[in-house]
Amino acid sequence: MRALTWHGKHDVRIETVDDPEILNPRDAIIKISSTAICGSDLHLYDGYIPTMQAGDILGHEFMGEVVEVGAGSTLRKGQRVVVPFTIACGNCYHCGKQQYSACDNGNPTDNQDIAQTLYGHPMSGLFGYSHMTGGYAGGQAEFVRVPFSDVGPIVVPDGVEDDRVLFLSDILPTGWQAAEYAQIEPGDTVAVWGCGPVGLFSVQSAFLMGAERVIAIDHFPHRLELAKRFGAETINFEESQTYEALMEMTGGIGPDACIDAVGLEAHGFFVDNIIDQIKASTFLGTDRTHSIRQAIIACRKGGRVSMPAVYGGFVDKFPLGAFMEKGLTLRTGQTHVQRYLPALLNAIMEGKIDTTFLISHRLPLEQAPEGYRMFHDKQDEVTKVVLKPGLDRSAA
Amino acid sequence: MVEPHDDAPPTTSKRSGKRSGAGEQAAAELVEHKGDTLIGRSVTINRPRDELYAVWRDFGNLPRFLDNVERVDVIDDRRSHWVVKAPGGKTVEWDAVITQEQPGEMIAWASTEGAEVPNSGRIDFRDVGGRGTVVSATIVYDPPAGFIGKVIAKMFQREPAIQARRDLRRFKQLMETGEIATAARTREMLGKEKD
Repeated sequence: MRALTWHGKHDVRIETVDDPEILNPRDAIIKISSTAICGSDLHLYDGYIPTMQAGDILGHEFMGEVVEVGAGSTLRKGQRVVVPFTIACGNCYHCGKQQYSACDNGNPTDNQDIAQTLYGHPMSGLFGYSHMTGGYAGGQAEFVRVPFSDVGPIVVPDGVEDDRVLFLSDILPTGWQAAEYAQIEPGDTVAVWGCGPVGLFSVQSAFLMGAERVIAIDHFPHRLELAKRFGAETINFEESQTYEALMEMTGGIGPDACIDAVGLEAHGFFVDNIIDQIKASTFLGTDRTHSIRQAIIACRKGGRVSMPAVYGGFVDKFPLGAFMEKGLTLRTGQTHVQRYLPALLNAIMEGKIDTTFLISHRLPLEQAPEGYRMFHDKQDEVTKVVLKPGLDRSAA
Repeated sequence: MVEPHDDAPPTTSKRSGKRSGAGEQAAAELVEHKGDTLIGRSVTINRPRDELYAVWRDFGNLPRFLDNVERVDVIDDRRSHWVVKAPGGKTVEWDAVITQEQPGEMIAWASTEGAEVPNSGRIDFRDVGGRGTVVSATIVYDPPAGFIGKVIAKMFQREPAIQARRDLRRFKQLMETGEIATAARTREMLGKEKD
């Protein structure tokens, strides 16, 4: 099959590799119909995530048709499914508490050691996202092997186009969980850093959860425009001072809840950010963190900070004093995707949530390397790239 | 001399290891003395105690999740013959005998006289309320020098305690999910992983 493989910083290629096979009873093989490039794939593309190996197949947002099942799978051939990016067993203590991204068993034991050393505990497996999270082949390919297929994938009704449901795999539940973690109360003002896909879905989710106002922060005009479409007020941090603007817009109180949907590659020329970048390139620190610092400083006293953004290593100059003195709450984590799927699929079917607005580019799988380049270089107009292996097949 | 220690398991002592008070004491308390190198690991498995005990007690099952154990032949109710993978496609073998057991709770074993790699250990099963069973492995062995030392290095990989943790986690995966997780994509890749 053809697949998008990682070979180093800014070097991804389409190659021919062996097709996946059923290896465990609960496996299924999915023929990919749509797979997206995620903002967090850019962290891999930029070389920020450790434990990558040349030839790794990327991609953790995908869906397709079931073409083969193991004896323990509950799926049937021909079903269309969206697959969560978190690989969870459904049997362990954490899965029992619906903490799927903390699954004990989704990550092969040899790879659990890496995360245990770095984080103190291993987390669940993830598709296509380094060997620390399992080393599983991802879905930017023609086919993918899905372990624990009786627990993860959600079956999509016939007649619903891919573009309406594809983002159930990661970014929609991630944006939803971010808003849930912000513990929004009626009348709240919620500030969202970053109007990428997760940030925009957080904006939508925050309103659905009863926020009175949402203030979206970014520097890409087109992305701010999308946030405005959902009713958010906007701050362009290249034109306005974010902290001062937030304080004035909230009558000196500060946002009740702050969502950091930016993460380890925050853009912008701020002094701490540039220092972080120098440190990252000299291996003194791995995470560039302007957005989370700003969220903590801006958040109202006793407020909540939610951090869906991906961080991988250590940071310094974390404003721990502000965090403590103001009595803030911080909630974060990889998304427990499986927990949210039935409700979010319903919301899509009922027209309460639309995700198709986000897709700016649809490309054949063969053009995936170009998709990465575009997404990386032109973040204003390229909001989401969806790869369709079917476009290759129909062209052939 | 036996030194006082806190409530933490002796296997976590800063003084454990070769010729240390705590390590020797732990070995003496827990298992038959077969060497100075002590490792201990615990894992919580979301299954009933009796079920886990039954699978472990049938030693023929062990190679399914003990990575470097190629085969265990059950000789009789107490004795078994172990075949363990070694570098260069070789194997190293020994006989082991059950020295103590309490059904559903504990199994202790020791290698018999003349084993190339003297070793002993015990596995304990303890209920933990709604979370299932804590399974603890305690192993004592005498790492030899030379070729056999390399065998042991291979058997336990770089860090014996890490290998023990991996093996216990494979046991957990098998018992909780019915399979052992792999990131391999093809049967060929899976075969290479197991070598």
